[in-house]
Amino acid sequence: MTIKKIFIAATLALSVAAAAYAEEQKAPAAGAAPAMSAPAAQGAPAATAAAPAPNAAASVATPAPAAPAPVKKELKANKTITIGMFMIIIAITMGVVVWAAKQTKSAADFYAAGGGITGTQNGWAIAGDYMSAASFLGISGLISLYGYDGFMYSVGWLVAYITVLLIVAEPCRNAGKYTLGDILSFRTSPKPVRAFAAISTVAVSTFYLTAQMVGAGKLMALLIGIPYKMSIIGVGVLMVGYVVFGGMVATTWVQIIKAGLLMSGAFLLSFLVMIKSGFNPIGFFNTIVSSPEIQDHVSKLVLKDGVILSGMDAGQRFLEPGLYLKNPLDQISLGMALVLGTAGMPHILMRFFTVPTAQAARKSVIIAMFIIGGFYVLTTLLGFGAAIHLTPQGITSVDPGGNMATLMLAQQMGADIAPIIGDLFLAFLCAVAFATILAVVSGLVLAASAAIAHDIYVNVIKDGHADQHEQVFAARATSFVVGACGILIGIAAEKQNVAHLVALAFAVAASGNLPVVVLSLFWRKFNTAGVISGLVVGTVASIALVMVSPNMTYPKVIAEGAKKVVVAMEKKQAALPAGQSLSEKDAKALAKAKVDAQQTGTSMVGLEKPLFTLKNPGIISIPLGFMAAILGALAFPSRRSEEMFDEVYVRQNTGLGMAKAVEH
Amino acid sequence: MAERQYDWKAIAKNPKFVELHHKKTAFLFGWWIFSCVYYFLLPIGAAYTPGIFKVKIIGVINFGYIFALSQFFVSWGIALYYSHVANKDFDRLTRELIDELHL
Repeated sequence: MTIKKIFIAATLALSVAAAAYAEEQKAPAAGAAPAMSAPAAQGAPAATAAAPAPNAAASVATPAPAAPAPVKKELKANKTITIGMFMIIIAITMGVVVWAAKQTKSAADFYAAGGGITGTQNGWAIAGDYMSAASFLGISGLISLYGYDGFMYSVGWLVAYITVLLIVAEPCRNAGKYTLGDILSFRTSPKPVRAFAAISTVAVSTFYLTAQMVGAGKLMALLIGIPYKMSIIGVGVLMVGYVVFGGMVATTWVQIIKAGLLMSGAFLLSFLVMIKSGFNPIGFFNTIVSSPEIQDHVSKLVLKDGVILSGMDAGQRFLEPGLYLKNPLDQISLGMALVLGTAGMPHILMRFFTVPTAQAARKSVIIAMFIIGGFYVLTTLLGFGAAIHLTPQGITSVDPGGNMATLMLAQQMGADIAPIIGDLFLAFLCAVAFATILAVVSGLVLAASAAIAHDIYVNVIKDGHADQHEQVFAARATSFVVGACGILIGIAAEKQNVAHLVALAFAVAASGNLPVVVLSLFWRKFNTAGVISGLVVGTVASIALVMVSPNMTYPKVIAEGAKKVVVAMEKKQAALPAGQSLSEKDAKALAKAKVDAQQTGTSMVGLEKPLFTLKNPGIISIPLGFMAAILGALAFPSRRSEEMFDEVYVRQNTGLGMAKAVEH
Repeated sequence: MAERQYDWKAIAKNPKFVELHHKKTAFLFGWWIFSCVYYFLLPIGAAYTPGIFKVKIIGVINFGYIFALSQFFVSWGIALYYSHVANKDFDRLTRELIDELHL
């Protein structure tokens, strides 16, 4: 009950404080409204896009195909309001940490919140743990620029939870304790298995954490102009604070608060978008198809493939597949990594040890599925809404990848009511993005440090002989070190391309972790050799395939592409009547291509061009992981492992003899 | 906290447990395979049969959109159905088994 009261109080405090800020900020902010503040509400959505508005927002609201070089737009949040909201979130979460720290006395408290999280709470926490800033900002951006393909991309992230629900959630609750290593070492030689399980957990968490940290740094720099390094350090210090002092209890509540904020933001924004189309879904889709800006955008997209489309046909094309996802095998490969990888993600698996029973684990997945699925359905509205109200041209002028679409939409939808509401809404969504990053990175740090402290330190180095005090100390010290490493890696990776790391994390989880978890739980003949060969082959295969994939940078391939551009541009120049020169945009492209064409050298692993043509390794690495696990087990049979299968199987099905998270 | 000793082999052969195990395995893997097939029809269909995806169903809303949206409802449906069956059958069988073992 106290938890509920705190949560309610926190929510109240948040809304009251937000209102207070609104009053305070009204005068100055209204005067110095950022350039993005759109003109006041205009009747029909189509009119919003077409009507030329007299202020700076005009170039965003109207298409500018004729303009020679579109000026680079920026989305600037009102710093005072945004930082105020950040402070409120930090204050609330710090309150949670202080409260959680008092309850964290044993290792079970630190890793599994003493098994005292309810199914509903855990459902929200899973959603909070899972939905990263990439799904919050990235997917709606994809939809706003590529329509249908962005929506299709979001589906796999929910379907993945069927595997979690049917295959891993309840057995893991019944057979595990704190980590992946606990499940895998049950009927195998514990030391080597725990060591390998810990390495794979740390690998997956590091890939995912790096992508999150770099994303966090860039996002904060873009939104409120905090320098990259400062953002990473700020996020890192908070994350370390939550995990070190509050352990699983604090992490869980940070995730619950984040999921609540994220869903409120998404609901509110979708509601505003739907008001504009009069809650008429058919009208909403008609607006998309008949928007001249979307039509123009799609014609340009398909022109690259040599297809000529215009008018309503081009608008309709926005609702059809193939504008973004052009390689079906890559798509299927990513789908496999998602569907199997989510169930092998250590930070997701760990959430099932925080609930007291298998029934609660089941309930938590179902609640998480409704939250996550509901969020992605709303994301469609946000993405298409952004395409209608901001136009794809307006979105790409701020960020070519479309990552700012949701935030721009929030500002415009709010500003259509009153400029200050636009600022407030934008600040609120920035704060949601901030909370999102914090919740995800905390979960990852906790999972990685549990693997190191519980599996490697307590069970491999100390043979399981460590008292509660020592275990908690080890857990806290490890979390501190893991968090510090996360900050350093985040700073070091600033200039690196980290986009593929999320897909890599899922691929490793799907190829390394999931096969061995499933076989441990369901296959009698599975044993130590199987676990180790499965983990090693699955992990190494995924990483190796990514190293030789198109995700890496290949200077010679870039140079070749650039040479083609140079040739094409020079032809174009030659074809021009005498005295005329290339347009500014073309001239720039030519200059850049000339520089790029000089690039030589090889990729990180010394290749001139990719050996493996897919960006997602799952389609090859997942079967390899399964095969290695099965062959390894068959090659080195273990009588003990087979004899103990009855015990594992009865335990995972019935929960008999369950390792109670609470020490009696 | 001395852990209770169970005769795992005997429990594994208990008819109640065998019944639970058969029902659960058939249900879980059956529906898991169904959900995978249904999901992978989306990227495969979008890539190889784009013609079907373009067929307009309601106004400008096409089959592809409805199919993608249906993925969400099918997933939720499976989740709710599983929860219903598990709460009704699997949990009951487990309870009966534990009662029978006098635990």
